[in-house]
Amino acid sequence: MNPLARIGAAFLAFLSAIGRIGMFTATAVSHCVRPPFYANLLLRQFLEIGYYSLPVVGLTTLFTGMVLALQSYTGFSRFSAEGAVATVVVLSMTRELAPVLAGLMVAGRVGAAIAAEIGTMRVTEQIDALTTLSTNPFKYLIVPRLLGATISLPLLVLIGDIIGVFGGYLVGVYKLDFNQGAYIHSTIQYLERMDVISGLVKAAVFGFFVALMGCFHGFHSRGGAQGVGAATTNAVVSASILILIANYTITELFFAR
Amino acid sequence: MSTPSPANDRPKIRLRDVRKSFGSKVVLDGIDLDVGKAESLVVIGGSGSGKSVLLKCILGLLDPDSGVIEIDGQNVVGLPRAEREAFMHKFGMLFQGGALFDSLPVWENVAFGLIQGEGMDRVKAREVALTKLAQVGLGEDVSRLSPAELSGGMQKRVSLARAIATEPEIIFFDEPTTGLDPIMADVINDLIVKCVRELGATAMSITHDMASARKIADRVAMLYHGRIIWEGPVGDIDASGNDHVDQFIHGRAEGPIEMAIRRE
Repeated sequence: MNPLARIGAAFLAFLSAIGRIGMFTATAVSHCVRPPFYANLLLRQFLEIGYYSLPVVGLTTLFTGMVLALQSYTGFSRFSAEGAVATVVVLSMTRELAPVLAGLMVAGRVGAAIAAEIGTMRVTEQIDALTTLSTNPFKYLIVPRLLGATISLPLLVLIGDIIGVFGGYLVGVYKLDFNQGAYIHSTIQYLERMDVISGLVKAAVFGFFVALMGCFHGFHSRGGAQGVGAATTNAVVSASILILIANYTITELFFAR
Repeated sequence: MSTPSPANDRPKIRLRDVRKSFGSKVVLDGIDLDVGKAESLVVIGGSGSGKSVLLKCILGLLDPDSGVIEIDGQNVVGLPRAEREAFMHKFGMLFQGGALFDSLPVWENVAFGLIQGEGMDRVKAREVALTKLAQVGLGEDVSRLSPAELSGGMQKRVSLARAIATEPEIIFFDEPTTGLDPIMADVINDLIVKCVRELGATAMSITHDMASARKIADRVAMLYHGRIIWEGPVGDIDASGNDHVDQFIHGRAEGPIEMAIRRE
């Protein structure tokens, strides 16, 4: 095959994949607003995605807040701007680091698990069995995961924001000898509502992408254990890339002048 | 003797010129097949002959490229999804690997169609599930186990109990005895015959196990290269006069059927 044909084939395959993802997303979203709804399955996904991800998100944001305080202090002290440390920590955490890092951690933990579970159900014909038992697989498998991730990730990020800021506070007060009251005052002084809201909107979008990629790749996995493995890898990689692209796009929408 | 009504004459399942290809590979090449009410038809054929694809087309898990598939006289090809889902209430299916849901205990697997498909109360559905499990020789102690804790034979029994739980009009069996020892295979065959008779259901099975086919079939059809090359009563199969059927039922390597050992 000549190089031009290769490029053309790759481009057509890319367009085909976009089309399949688009149709899958439209079908999944349309089922989100049509009964029947499985409240118990949604609750289980809140637990799986939200509650069980708390430790990993908490640890990630705690150490990120701590290292951010330390790094910004060493950097800012070069031009006597140490007073901005608390502000830098809270803005960086709420706007960027908590949503992005939580999104990436959840993509690794939850996106992979969703792809592996649904992929295994696909290759062992459990999804076909659902259909023969008069149960729509989109409503039973996809919708609870999509809604669970979209709703629980902002809650996780809100908790991550608090933990990250607290991490910065610990380093600022106990290692860098900031005054407790002054540090808290600086944290609150320049924080605007939109800083937090933008982070939570990002988290909801990232949660949607993580669950969507996990479900899509799992649902279309083929060929036994190897296919499920490939679906898991693809789910994590594609969700991570989408998170990074969406992060820039949403930042542009919220803050571009 | 009463004159049969047109509805009684009408086949429960009727296929006409059903075709299905994957890329350039033709899997079903114009299938014509009738299955009468309360009849048990077994489709035999080698691995890769298109048996599973045929079953999935009838079930609506795959869309045929062309042709007609009628259930109770209504063409189900191209039906909107909601109407198609309504037809699923008529069907029960025993999958080759069982396809039991790992995340649910055995009784919930059996009661799944009743709870999710028919909206039955969980307590009542559990009672029905226990009755169906008893019908396939499994006790209440098994009902609380996870599918992963069961042997292959027990998984097949649970899958059979799930297939008959909603008392469907049509039951499909996909390689019901594959992977089982001969004694357990015979137990499953007996259970299939018993359950189908008790329900008065129409049964369509696919298998390459001739002992199973002889036991559960009223009629046998052989699929080869995407076409039905012979069909008739199970008692006629030894005198079919068809070389392909003779080779298949006697399991001979030599004959008109050439096994695909290379990728085409």
